[in-house]
Amino acid sequence: MTDTLTPVLTDMWDVERSWTLAAYESKGGYQALDKAFGMSQDDVIAAVKDSGLRGRGGAGFPTGMKWSFIPQDNPKPKYLVVNADESEPGTCKDIPLMMGNPHVLVEGVIISSYAIRANKAFIYIRGEVLHVIRRVQAAVAEAYAAGHLGKDIHGSGYDLDVVVHAGAGAYICGEETALLEGLEGRRGQPRLRPPFPAVAGLYASPTVINNVESIASVPSIVANGAQWFASMGTEKSKGYGIFSLSGHVTKPGQYEAPLGITLRELLDLAGGIRGGRELKFWTPGGSSTPLLTADHLDIPLDFEGVGAAGSMLGTRALQIFDDTVCVVRAVLRWTEFYKHESCGKCTPCREGTWWLVQTLARLEKGQGTEADLDTLLDQCDNILGRSFCALGDGATSPISSSIQYFRDEYLAHLTHGGCPFDAARSTAWAGQEVTA
Amino acid sequence: MSALDDKTMGELREIAGRYPEKRSGLLPMLHLVQSAQGKVTPEAIEACAEILEISAAEVSGVATFYTMYKRHGVGDFHVGVCTNTLCAVMGGDQIFERLKQHLEIGNDEVADKRQGDQYSVSLEHVECNAACDYAPVVMVNWEFMDNQTPEGAVQMVESLRAGHDVRSTRGPKLCTWREAERVLAGFPDGRVDEGPSAGPASLAGLEIARERGWTAPHVPAPGAIAPTPSKESAVAEADTSRAESETIDESSSADESAAEKREAQ
Ligand SMILES: Cc1cc2nc3c(=O)[nH]c(=O)nc-3n(C[C@H](O)[C@H](O)[C@H](O)COP(=O)(O)O)c2cc1C
Ligand code: SF4
Ligand code: FES
Repeated sequence: MTDTLTPVLTDMWDVERSWTLAAYESKGGYQALDKAFGMSQDDVIAAVKDSGLRGRGGAGFPTGMKWSFIPQDNPKPKYLVVNADESEPGTCKDIPLMMGNPHVLVEGVIISSYAIRANKAFIYIRGEVLHVIRRVQAAVAEAYAAGHLGKDIHGSGYDLDVVVHAGAGAYICGEETALLEGLEGRRGQPRLRPPFPAVAGLYASPTVINNVESIASVPSIVANGAQWFASMGTEKSKGYGIFSLSGHVTKPGQYEAPLGITLRELLDLAGGIRGGRELKFWTPGGSSTPLLTADHLDIPLDFEGVGAAGSMLGTRALQIFDDTVCVVRAVLRWTEFYKHESCGKCTPCREGTWWLVQTLARLEKGQGTEADLDTLLDQCDNILGRSFCALGDGATSPISSSIQYFRDEYLAHLTHGGCPFDAARSTAWAGQEVTA
Repeated sequence: MSALDDKTMGELREIAGRYPEKRSGLLPMLHLVQSAQGKVTPEAIEACAEILEISAAEVSGVATFYTMYKRHGVGDFHVGVCTNTLCAVMGGDQIFERLKQHLEIGNDEVADKRQGDQYSVSLEHVECNAACDYAPVVMVNWEFMDNQTPEGAVQMVESLRAGHDVRSTRGPKLCTWREAERVLAGFPDGRVDEGPSAGPASLAGLEIARERGWTAPHVPAPGAIAPTPSKESAVAEADTSRAESETIDESSSADESAAEKREAQ
């Protein structure tokens, strides 16, 4: 029986000066690298395939399979790009990972680049996290100095250069083709696919783009074996992942566990909802994943379980809201976010998110009519599946799911002539109040 | 504003040289010009365009797309209050209101430097900064100020204006906005070893695991190797349209959603 929590990536975080090469090596760091160099590139890809690792950036695509799409007969250089843009509201795992254990990412980058035969890799980090960027820059510099990067790494004959690249503030640059645009020095607007990045990505060359946590999981798979990784998790969602609890829980934070753990189990560990209050709604994987409620406490948090409940596992960003929170206020704020971050390339999202905000804002003030709820759902219909990229689709998730579960609360705004909730009761410092 | 000095021009070229195609340097280059000049000036746009051999209009188009690039200056300390839903609900809205009131400015404005102030501050509300487990969060020059309150935030901006040292709750002593921009351009400032490995919330799960002796499995478990999934089953399993669009065979133009996405253009 696997333990309830399985620290692997987080295991370094309580080590003294955990971000340094010395600390990482004292825990066996950079040993997986030699093991990988002793394997053929295709065997490394096979190991990652066999492990069952699926992308940790939200979509859950099998990582090893993505790597195998790189056409090795293509004479152009191959590139690895790490997506460290972490900007999906609620998502807060890659940032502490890079702050506390940047070397596991660097080691993962080296092994992954070796496997796909890339000699140049990029780590694209959102710009708004200065200290995290310092830590990754320093880890790369230390890895060069120690001969883990550069020419003829560990005498293997393999060369790799890594560039740490800071973004400049744009949620859309987390979308992988928009990220490539940003990395090519352009406005971050998604590209038409096909061609897919595996065939024509960065500089129109074969490119693998993976999330930080996906790449950071690779050294443990190589070191301990695919079977070790696959022994954790559920049938189709293998391995461990970082679950991020935020909001109205007694102990918010990062909990690394096998996929398939439930919110009930996580809340037990985190001391439950703060102040003995009731869970009202939550996101399983960021604001782009449809809301769930207290009826979903026991669904397995894996790709299949959350999908069957009508949502998505996404980035395991569990934002927890108790019964003091107005769902309409929450949804309006997310919708304003999508409107602000819409890159403007396609009409359904650019215009649609603007209309969504108009309609929602009116409802929130208690101004519209019940028919506005149908208008909202119609507007969602015009965006979902018709937008150029998944940002538009994601914008509709909080709206349609909140109307599904909390229709009455929207109506209460109309009868009440405004928001019936007191925002002051939801704050972190209101936690001490006596519950009515 | 005068033209960029030789040192900055050299560093801009150095940034462009890090990449197989020099235009890739544009984002960090714009960070560097902000460090040198306090904002993105017309002169800096010209300089970047010249180095990258693209038009000034192209550089300008990029500079206006990304929110971290500023056409008008910001304070020595740029305060960003997260007002995305989770932080807003946890008190970010109240913090932002309190700071606007206290500084007597609106969103994206610089507060006047009063007599005796060492430094200026500016205020902006920001989107989720990937620190939700520390809500409500304030960023100062892109360093984390975790678990803030309205009163605490007011005291913090006053300390900054007075020139006192202020530390990030999960990072080093705060440097100025222009110093920060230089690091983002890829020129480290030697502060990497300040601050902790992780804040308390980051360690919440790990501490429980330590107490209870929970670990990842020690030895490779004997169980069967997961069968290598087929491309079809991968598409079926992946649970979002993102994943689907990633896996659609480049030759299959029959895919509906891809066709729709093209139409939508
Ligand atoms: C609007 C939008 C934002 C995204 N943001 C991120 C992000 O910040 N980090 C990330 O890894 N993936 C993000 N993704 C998913 C990426 O497009 C891509 O699927 C992922 O980086 C692939 O890596 P993985 O297979 O390792 O998960 C985003 C997608 C969309 C549509
Ligand atoms: S869906 Fe939105 S973010 Fe995506 S391409 Fe269209 S306008 Fe841009
Ligand atoms: S919502 Fe504020 S940091 Fe995520």
